[in-house]
Amino acid sequence: MAAAPDTVPASVASPAADAAAAGSPQTGTFTVKRGLADMLRGGVIMDVVTADQAKVAEDAGAVAVMALERVPADIRAQGGVARMSDPELVEGIQRAVTIPVMAKARIGHFAEAQVLQALQVDYVDESEVLTPADEANHIDKWAFGVPFVCGATNLGEALRRIGEGAAMIRSKGEAGTGNIVEAVRHLRAILGDVRKLTQADPAERYAWAKQLGAPLELVREVADTGRLPVPLFCAGGIATPADAALVMQLGAEAVFVGSGIFKSEDPARRARAVVEATAHYTDPDILVKVSRGLGGAMPGLEVATLEQRLAERGW
Amino acid sequence: MVRVGILALQGDVAEHRHALVDAGAEAVLIRRPADLDGVDGLVLPGGESTTVSMLLDSSGLAAPLARAVRDGMPMFGTCAGMILLASSAEDGRPDQRLLGAIDIRVRRNGYGRQAQSFECDVAIDGIDGAPVHAVFIRAPVVVSAGPGVDVLARLPGPEPGTGAAPVVCRQGQVLVSAFHPELTADRRLHQLFLSMIGARSGAGPGVAALVGG
Repeated sequence: MAAAPDTVPASVASPAADAAAAGSPQTGTFTVKRGLADMLRGGVIMDVVTADQAKVAEDAGAVAVMALERVPADIRAQGGVARMSDPELVEGIQRAVTIPVMAKARIGHFAEAQVLQALQVDYVDESEVLTPADEANHIDKWAFGVPFVCGATNLGEALRRIGEGAAMIRSKGEAGTGNIVEAVRHLRAILGDVRKLTQADPAERYAWAKQLGAPLELVREVADTGRLPVPLFCAGGIATPADAALVMQLGAEAVFVGSGIFKSEDPARRARAVVEATAHYTDPDILVKVSRGLGGAMPGLEVATLEQRLAERGW
Repeated sequence: MVRVGILALQGDVAEHRHALVDAGAEAVLIRRPADLDGVDGLVLPGGESTTVSMLLDSSGLAAPLARAVRDGMPMFGTCAGMILLASSAEDGRPDQRLLGAIDIRVRRNGYGRQAQSFECDVAIDGIDGAPVHAVFIRAPVVVSAGPGVDVLARLPGPEPGTGAAPVVCRQGQVLVSAFHPELTADRRLHQLFLSMIGARSGAGPGVAALVGG
């Protein structure tokens, strides 16, 4: 590429990106996919199940919404197979708001992803919150022009997803619990290993790649740059403004809030408070102000008592 | 050294910081009014303009920024930053705050959704050498530019047959681009902005020294 973006690693540049030199405009390149993730930094992406909720989220300052039929807390409570949303629901939410609209596809369900791409959603979340469609293979995300976000619990998983073409990584956390402990574990695991890898001798990187089960080129890149090749967001269990500030201080670059907003007592106020807390995550004075009198948070679940751990889906 | 503030409420703040430091400036993050002290110029990054607009109000930065615009502080807005600096906007929210620093009318997401986001080369007046590689992410379209605005670059607009739309504009101390120069390694637009600050304060290097390379 003529002016290769320094923020986009050559190792994960797609064939389409290579063709995006001088001349006609190129859509769907890795630069363009990753670019939207960069624009969402410092923001809050909220799960919504209706157009009205999407409006509430936009009014509160969400940078994007995730359109789905049931929030994770309800999927957990009601059980059954959780699938991609009805296109009509996605379209209704797209009409209701001007901010980006994301939607979830099942792990490995590339046909659902094709539907979401045809709907022109702005990001596809290949999500463990839905029931996996393929227990061995994730979606080949290079085959798509729409960008993908994928969950990860550790560095190896994150780099495997990036190797498959994901342009954004989020912690899995334990969705639908309102319990931040798993998201903290995943962020610390990912970022802790990034820090260790930067200390590794060049000869040790091969063993790191083997141990992580991750592409060597991406392992080298993390070792050289000290960061993931794509933005790292946090998801899974965020229920309060302080939860958002916690994960941002740990190194997340933006937050997804699933059940935490619309399963709380006063969604509009809580949504706004989480947005403010994410923007001002190092400012305890602002956290005090926005946390005061928010009403009840979502009830929450103890992770140790769960029958189904969603974070164990995917590999 | 020129000290440039970056509005750091939401968006790709880190990329602008890298770009400004590469281009030879000191970069400071602006989250509350006191952060503006001693700043020679201000960058408004890409992000979600409705979110940033809301946070401008709650952080108390809206009034100081309006004052800085009146005082002629040099400003550089990219994408969402361009919307915030514009005098009017279509398809925004009714309560969306615009600083009115440059006489342009913009349409939010004018190029469409992410599926229509694109990258391409753009020739920019005043920037010598190879064209600038430009990354457009759900970009706003400049619908019209007032007589006092210099249009430095144009590209075919989103709708076929409606002619070219401005993608880089300048009016006095204010520079805007519909795309994201901070997402590539080319620092020439940031250098142009630093030369605008230098010309105003008389402290920095001239345009030729900065933009020539």
